[in-house]
Formats: sequence, C-alpha cells, structure tokens
Amino acid sequence: MNRRVVVTGLGICAPNGVGLPSFFDSMLHGRSGIKFYQELADLGFGCQIAGQPEIPESLKESYFTSLQLRNLRASGIVYGVMAGTDAWKDAGLEKAEKDRPDWDSGIIFGTGILGIDKLRESIYLIDDKNTRRLGSNSVMQTMASGISAYLGGILGCGNQVTTNSSACATGTEAVIMGMERIRAGKAERILVGSCSDSGPYIWGGFDAMRILPSKYNGNPQQASRPMSANASGFVPGSGAGAMVLESLDSALERGAKIYAEVLGGATNSGGQRGLGTMTAPNSEAVQRCIQEALVDAGVEKWEVDVINGHLTATSKDAEEIRNWSEALGRSGKDFPYINTTKGLVGHCLAAAGSIECVATLLQYREGLVFGNQNCSDLHPEILKLVDASKIPLKSIAHRPKIIAKASFGFGDVNACVIFNEYKEI
Amino acid sequence: MGYDHHFEQLKNIVRAYLPEDVPEGAIGEDSNFVNELNINSANLVDIVLDVEDAFGIRLENEDMDNMQTVRDALNIVAQKLQDKK
Repeated sequence: MNRRVVVTGLGICAPNGVGLPSFFDSMLHGRSGIKFYQELADLGFGCQIAGQPEIPESLKESYFTSLQLRNLRASGIVYGVMAGTDAWKDAGLEKAEKDRPDWDSGIIFGTGILGIDKLRESIYLIDDKNTRRLGSNSVMQTMASGISAYLGGILGCGNQVTTNSSACATGTEAVIMGMERIRAGKAERILVGSCSDSGPYIWGGFDAMRILPSKYNGNPQQASRPMSANASGFVPGSGAGAMVLESLDSALERGAKIYAEVLGGATNSGGQRGLGTMTAPNSEAVQRCIQEALVDAGVEKWEVDVINGHLTATSKDAEEIRNWSEALGRSGKDFPYINTTKGLVGHCLAAAGSIECVATLLQYREGLVFGNQNCSDLHPEILKLVDASKIPLKSIAHRPKIIAKASFGFGDVNACVIFNEYKEI
Repeated sequence: MGYDHHFEQLKNIVRAYLPEDVPEGAIGEDSNFVNELNINSANLVDIVLDVEDAFGIRLENEDMDNMQTVRDALNIVAQKLQDKK
C-alpha cells in the first residue's frame, strides 16, 4: 500500500505573523518578527534579540477554556494549540463529537523542551519543600508530549497521538512521519507540526555557546542574515507551525482544498562520525538525506525547482549550499531557486521545520517564491556555487513544482521532505 | 462567617473547574464532585489548594480522600476552622 498524501490545512504562530493572513503578508513583504527584549538585556545575555509570536490574552480565550488557561505557563503549548487548531479548521475538519474519537485522525506534533517556565516554577516550589502546591497541571505542561496531548484532547483524535523530537529537524521530521503513516494506510489524517517555547531559559544555552549574534541588539531586524557574508550567528526564535496531512482519497471524498502533495522524504543521521559532531553536520549524511528523499519521492535531481533551506545564518550556510549543490549535481544558473525563512523569523529551533514548511507550502497557493532577507551581501563561497539570480531578495512570481525542504539538528540529524504541486493523475 | 457563606465561597472555587456543559446552578450541597459535577479527578487537587488559600487552612491527604461531595468539603472546612480556634 503506497497511498498519495496531500496537505489540506495550514496553521501558523510565527514571530512575524499569528494566523495565515498575517504570516503570509509578512513573508510577502519581508516583514521581520525579530525584536529587542529588555528581559534578555537585564539578564546579561550577549544576544538580546529574539523572534517571538505576540499573542494577546483575549486571543487565547478562543482556543482554550478558562480552566485550561488557569496556571498555563507553557508558551509552546499556546503556540502549538493555536497553530494546530487553525490548521484543522483550515482543512475544513470538525472536532470529534463528545463521546466518540475520530479513529482515523492522529497527531504527530514535535517539540524540543516544553513548558520550561512551568518547569522553573515547579522546581522553585519543590526546592522550597512545597511540592504539594504544584497542583495538577505541572506534569501535563512539562511532558514533551504535552503538546500532542492537548491537541489530541481538543480535536478528539483517536489514531496515533505522539510527539517527536530531533532538535531543529523536529518539524520537518514530523511531516515525514505523518506522511509515512498515511501512506501505509494506518491513518487517513495526521495533524503534523512542532512548537518551541519562548524565553531566556530556552535560549540561554545557545547564548552561552556563543553562536548567537551579539552585535545587532540595536538593529534587530538586520540580525538574522542567512547566506550573508556578514552572518554572525542565528537569532533565537519560537512559535509553531501545523499542517493537516491527508490521504488523497479522504481529501477528494471531502472535497477539501489541496495545497500540495507530499511526494516523499527521508531522515538520517551522520552518526557524529567523519566531520559530523553533536553540533556540526556530517556533509555526507546531509547529501544522502537529500538524495534519499528524492528517491523516496520518485523525483529526478533536475526536477527540483525550489529549495527552502535550513540556512540559519552561521558559518555553516556555505557548507549547506555546497551540500545541496553536490547532492543535486547542480550549480550556477542551473541551481534551483533557494530561500530561507529564518531571515524574518530567526531560528525557531524545534518549531523551525514546521514554520518553514508552512511558508514553503503557501508559495504553492500564491504562485510565488518568497524573497530572502538581509543577504544582499551574499557570502562569496555561496556565490561560487549559485548564481545570485537564484537567491531572490524579494518575493518573485514563479509557480513552484517540486520543492525540497530540509532541516538539520543537533545530534547530527537530518530531515528532507519533497513537496509537489498537486496534479490529478 | 457561617455555613451559607462558606458554601458561596466554595461554589466560587468549584465553578472554575466545571466542564463546559455543566452549569453553575448544578452545584448543590449534595453534589458529588466527580460523579455528578463531572469534575476531572485530577482537578480535585487544585480545588483543595484553592480551598486552602481561601480559608487559610491546610488539608491533608485523608481530608482529600473524604471530600466526595460539596457537603463533605464544607464539613471539613468547618472542622479545620474550629480546630484553629
């Protein structure tokens, strides 16, 4: 059984836009979601800027019951539930009725660490010998699978409900896992996506590693510079992206709108061997991952016409471009269009892959390729491999056919998914 | 601060934990928290904490085990307040 899988719903909670219309508008016009945060400055962070979705309290009330909102201190759950619920609605799906779960619908919604502010609050209470004051909701807000558990309960999903975790590859990996489950005939619909908490306790470790930019605190919108000669580290971000994946049969039967087809994908690891380490990718593994994704999708290298890269704005960007170039055997003007979402939202860590997949898929709906931000000064090593015309600085009209989207994460893990414009065959 | 007043205070606490399809008017003195008001048993822990804060008392595990109905809760509160005197 190898059934076709399509995307029928999208939801987004990104630093530069909460909800599809706002996010699309920001992506189209190059509006950044990166800001200076006094809290980070007060705490003595080197990097005092970040990308964080702005959610008014009143908006939360349309997604959570007042009981759920009591003592809710897990920003990742807020973002994930909003994006996930929106995607479900966008797909034209209803919540399951009161007494019967929807056995054919599941959730694969990843995260890195969840509810860190709740965890901090809990640790203080415990150290203060006041464990009994934790109340009932400390576990559900801090377990990694809290996000799939919240969404599963809200939507009433009765198929597999789980949370995957592979650092910054998490969101893209979730798409591949959902596709595989539907392909295999084990589910009709899977809500896939990922979320990442906001705040100093998430971002502090990266600041300590000195891989975040510290010279842009006065001009945050210029800080995230993927592919630029002056890239000086990734800007930390947060949020959530969500997609409803559905068997083509189910989508057609429901008369659902179809954003694109998920043709295939691959995940692998460089095993932290060769040049691969806990924090650096093994290029051979990256190239294999891209090539295995193409094989899985039944797509030839020349057919890829757009790439959404991982491209975080570190010194590794040029190496990533070289990996794409060698994996596809293409360079110069023959290289596909390539863009990265991170110039506008920063690196949303566990949420990066799903937020960027949503951006990638919106390009099908609109018949365009989003522009890149802050890289008019392209890195010379990148220019040796790719003609500048393939790295649009502004959104361009182009109806994408095959788009490859990849994400790479700590632990030397990789994920690459291949989308296609939907065609009846 | 009599029994009726305590009942109103307790009702205000319990109200927040009712499922969406249970009206506030369903809270009577004989209501069983879990079986009749459909309150998630995990939330009883939170009700206990709110009661502690509202009445300035401390409830032990056995108090929680004995707290099946609204009336049980009111009796436990009255006893704790009496003990404090």
